[in-house]
Amino acid sequence: MEITLTLNGRKITRSVEADMVLLDFVRNEGCYSVKRGCDTSNCGLCTVFLDDKPVLSCSVLAARADGRKVTTMEGLQKEAAEFGAFIADQGAEQCGFCNPGMIMNALALFRENPEPSEEEIKEYLAGNLCRCSGYEGQLRGIKNFIAWKKAQGKEA
Amino acid sequence: MKIVNQPLRKKDAMQLVTGKPVYTDDLAPKDCLIVKLLRSPYANAIIESINTAVAAKVPDVEAIFTYEDVDQEGKRCTYAGQTYPEPSPYDRLLLDRHVRFVGDVVAIVAGRTEKAVDKALSLIKVKYQVLDAVLDFHTALDNPILVHPEKTWEALCPVGADNKRNLCASEVISDGDVDGILADCDVVIDRTYRVKAVQQNMMEPFCTFCTIDTYGRLHVVSSTQIVFHARRIIANALHIPKTQVRVTKPRIGGGFGAKQSCVSEMYPAFVTWKLKKPSKIVFSRHECHIAASPRHEMEVKVRLGATKEGKIRAIDVYTLSNTGAYGEHGPTTVGLSGHKSIPLYRTEAFRFGFDVVYTNLQAAGAYRGYGAPQGIFAVESAVNELAAKLKIDPITLREMNITHEGDIMPAYYGAPNTSCALDKCLAQVREMSGWNEKFPVRHMPNGKVRSMGVAIAMQGSSIPYCDVGGATIKVNDDGSYTLLIGAADMGTGCDTILAQMAAEVLECDFAQIQVFGADTDASPYDSGSYASSTTYITGNAVTACAKKIRAKICELGAKKLECAVEDVIFDGKFVRSTVNDKAISLADIAVASQCFNNIALQETVEMGSLLSPPPFMAGVAELETDLLTGETEVVNYYASVDCGTPINPHLAKVQTEGGILQGIGMSLMENVTYSPDGRVYENSLMQYKIPTRQDIGHIHVDFACSYEKSGPYGAKSVGELVINTPAPAIADAVYQATGKRFYTLPITPEKIALGEEDE
Amino acid sequence: MLTIREIKKAATLEEAWQLNQKRVNRVMGGMLWLRLSKGNVATMIDLSALGLDKIEETETEFRIGAMVTLHQLELHAGIAAYTNGAMKEALRHIVGVQFRNLATVGGSVFGRFGFSDVLTILMALDAKVELYKGGTIPISEFAKMKYDRDILVHVIVPKQKLTCRYESVHIAKTDFPVLTCSAALTEAGVQIAVGARPAKAALVKDEQQILSLPITEEKAKAFAEYAAELLPTESNNRGSAKYRTHLIKVLAARTILALGGNA
Repeated sequence: MEITLTLNGRKITRSVEADMVLLDFVRNEGCYSVKRGCDTSNCGLCTVFLDDKPVLSCSVLAARADGRKVTTMEGLQKEAAEFGAFIADQGAEQCGFCNPGMIMNALALFRENPEPSEEEIKEYLAGNLCRCSGYEGQLRGIKNFIAWKKAQGKEA
Repeated sequence: MKIVNQPLRKKDAMQLVTGKPVYTDDLAPKDCLIVKLLRSPYANAIIESINTAVAAKVPDVEAIFTYEDVDQEGKRCTYAGQTYPEPSPYDRLLLDRHVRFVGDVVAIVAGRTEKAVDKALSLIKVKYQVLDAVLDFHTALDNPILVHPEKTWEALCPVGADNKRNLCASEVISDGDVDGILADCDVVIDRTYRVKAVQQNMMEPFCTFCTIDTYGRLHVVSSTQIVFHARRIIANALHIPKTQVRVTKPRIGGGFGAKQSCVSEMYPAFVTWKLKKPSKIVFSRHECHIAASPRHEMEVKVRLGATKEGKIRAIDVYTLSNTGAYGEHGPTTVGLSGHKSIPLYRTEAFRFGFDVVYTNLQAAGAYRGYGAPQGIFAVESAVNELAAKLKIDPITLREMNITHEGDIMPAYYGAPNTSCALDKCLAQVREMSGWNEKFPVRHMPNGKVRSMGVAIAMQGSSIPYCDVGGATIKVNDDGSYTLLIGAADMGTGCDTILAQMAAEVLECDFAQIQVFGADTDASPYDSGSYASSTTYITGNAVTACAKKIRAKICELGAKKLECAVEDVIFDGKFVRSTVNDKAISLADIAVASQCFNNIALQETVEMGSLLSPPPFMAGVAELETDLLTGETEVVNYYASVDCGTPINPHLAKVQTEGGILQGIGMSLMENVTYSPDGRVYENSLMQYKIPTRQDIGHIHVDFACSYEKSGPYGAKSVGELVINTPAPAIADAVYQATGKRFYTLPITPEKIALGEEDE
Repeated sequence: MLTIREIKKAATLEEAWQLNQKRVNRVMGGMLWLRLSKGNVATMIDLSALGLDKIEETETEFRIGAMVTLHQLELHAGIAAYTNGAMKEALRHIVGVQFRNLATVGGSVFGRFGFSDVLTILMALDAKVELYKGGTIPISEFAKMKYDRDILVHVIVPKQKLTCRYESVHIAKTDFPVLTCSAALTEAGVQIAVGARPAKAALVKDEQQILSLPITEEKAKAFAEYAAELLPTESNNRGSAKYRTHLIKVLAARTILALGGNA
């Protein structure tokens, strides 16, 4: 079947099989930041935005994205670098495999809630697993980013 | 130190946080054949017949390989990444008619699309002669059912292996009269502890792609920690010469030892070698749970004797280790269960014996700690039980008995304890955690209880008399350097810290060092990233190499300045004459090296070590427990680490935090259970639960560092040590909260609520 | 992995229902755990054009469309207020926000899964399901029914004078619950729903008036024992029957006590 969607700002039309999942679709389009980490919708590595909402692309049929807007990290490079620098400053990116999914979900969190509490951060990102970092360094980076963003806002 | 001991960003950090395509499956050519494996549903069976005719007819299927394509009497090999000759038995065949665990490989299918391959897999008809299986490692030794009855089974090293007894390794060592002293002790703690076959669960599954290169060789690109061993293993598995195999690694999404065995490489290697077409395999998470390389299940029996004043006199450890259906890392992991636990304490006598047995379960492998976590869970739990029995504070009891710098450690190969701040670690962790105010237990206003538990640990820094670290440095024509290594950065940041060391010696900016990762063609030989060897051994190779490069720079610089080489110095930017004003910049020297020159601005150093200086740490777990539901949470974990000099304090800290959380996962929620016919129940992330960020309060890490003279800038290691303290610390905190001791991990809410151990 | 031949966006409920009568067709919910399902689906029926992704609040009820996501449900201010925050407590353990942005109320409820937090709390709230052909049925009844080929259109939570509480036990925070329990106090008295036994939620009403107001610790304990005796539990790899029975006693008493218990 044919689907048309906007991927990272570009409108594309493709022929897909009905059971193709969005994860494979976006990787086929060169969006390699989106990773597969499990088979059971548990790990969060495949997080993309569907109409600006974070979802698991492994669990969305590509056909479901027809007529809608899909965003991956490839389309958010500036935001990813800006926030990611704070993770990098902690050394908390480690192997990096969980980072795109986690950063995408963190960006979604900041959009919904620019000053989340620690508990709100942990809850929002609960679906993003990491095995390398113990999460503590990621939390330091997130808190530093929030403080920096707030200070920026004040200066502006 | 300007660059070493600085918290610099990793060299690849920004590429990783912006999601660049730098992992194996991102780099695989688009036309790779998809390779998948048909796996045995039985724990022990012989394939009577296998019919692939219908499956082969599926459109887009290119090839199906079975045991019929592999010489069944051919030489076996091991998939373990170890220095040759490997202690692990040669018990593997690429495709074996005898399948030995649920998930063992039966057939390899290669096709142009995943759907075609899946269809073909479902159409392969296999007739099995199902055999009785050995599913309980307690019954494995001398069981009439043999996991490896075959004549072609081989043990290259004298590890006490005997396939006719299901024995993969066996040994006893002792020093002093253990039995006599224990009989004389006022108190003896005599307990048996059990740790299950938990999974590393790195976020990137096993994956490999292969191509045929310009020279007709097999080029294997894999998420691996061991490129050089992998070359040997793949050559052995395929029965082709090593000269025909090149192995390289891109960015790796975590390893923790899982990728210190070849788990996925052989299959696309075989396909590509046979078909001369590129192919790739990406393990599903399910496969990562049933046919991977998990921790060895171990049962560790400890007898620990002391005076009533708290002086530990003797420790006796016996480990029964379950290596599963194949012996990767079986003979070697078990040793650490004694050698990395007993030496923590000064004793009059010790004994350490072990047996490693085969069973028809998933083959175990290398997982961070490599036997130490199991042994330390046991010995540290026994010490905690001793403390309770003697009514002595567990930190104080340890302070009375721990090894100190300068000791000879009989249970650690008689090696000297060359650098040790363990006493400071204990003092620091007592302070950090508020131990004196909080131990043992407090009742909280929310109805829960908070309790504390402590443990100490050690590990090693490389395998002495064995591991080799390699470094090559060359000067580029702009005066920058390329550092070529054979060690594998799997997210740990070794590329970065090795570059930090080089930059320190070369007195240049960190940005001037480019790192080239592991490639069997171009890298200097390195055993690989395991055994916590990279910082210590490869680091020593890097610093030695950088010093040699300095000498070369001076040599060419002096030549250009027309000075004697004794009359120049190099300050990182210029070679300067000490007898006159002349100077030449590094960039100019580099340019000069590329025109009518026979002084190579390139050096290679290979380094081994006769020492493996232990890093040490102390950890305190603060638990909050709901005694009625049994749910417990680590609200705080405090750690004080002596890794020698931390080359990059941020990376050392994050390694510690990550290792601690893996230890917590192993203690509280990562469980492995089997069906009666040997199937793993926890075969997905839905069933096998690793900690999420909601499963931990805060981890607090600080450093109390000794200075290891034999290490680069005083460094030892940190990579594995950090997983060792949580299990015993948590187990004792649970005891303080409930009055109940648990000897089998994980300690689940049910056990806490009902006060009952596993059967 | 599921194979799907085609996807049809139904223009009407009747069209969706007609398509669903064929055994080879299936209604598309959150589509989570796609890779776990096996088998072949001819037509996957997409309900997303039917306006079922809204929560309507009226004076008398909340009408929750079948395609409302669990995260929408979690964030709905009216439901949060009505359930004293219990709805959020029921949902926040479910895997993660990305998961809950896909999982639908319809999928969760129609599935009548043993582990379902959603089913547990809705049952305690006296919720009803609106089936296309089957009409409006209380969830406690619906939970006992066999799967059929009807279409779940709405979940209705009637508004009554109500206090609600929810608790669950987990080995890992976002894992399936070992037991779920929701208690509600209405003018009719107290009732609890207990799920993940591992069987699905079942309702226990206070037929013997053990919990006459005011509710005390003794009464709560007594009712909890009564419920534990009534509700069978089984063992699985997350817990034994014995443990679950113990947890019924603990959670039932807690949620009931937390109701406040003064009329």
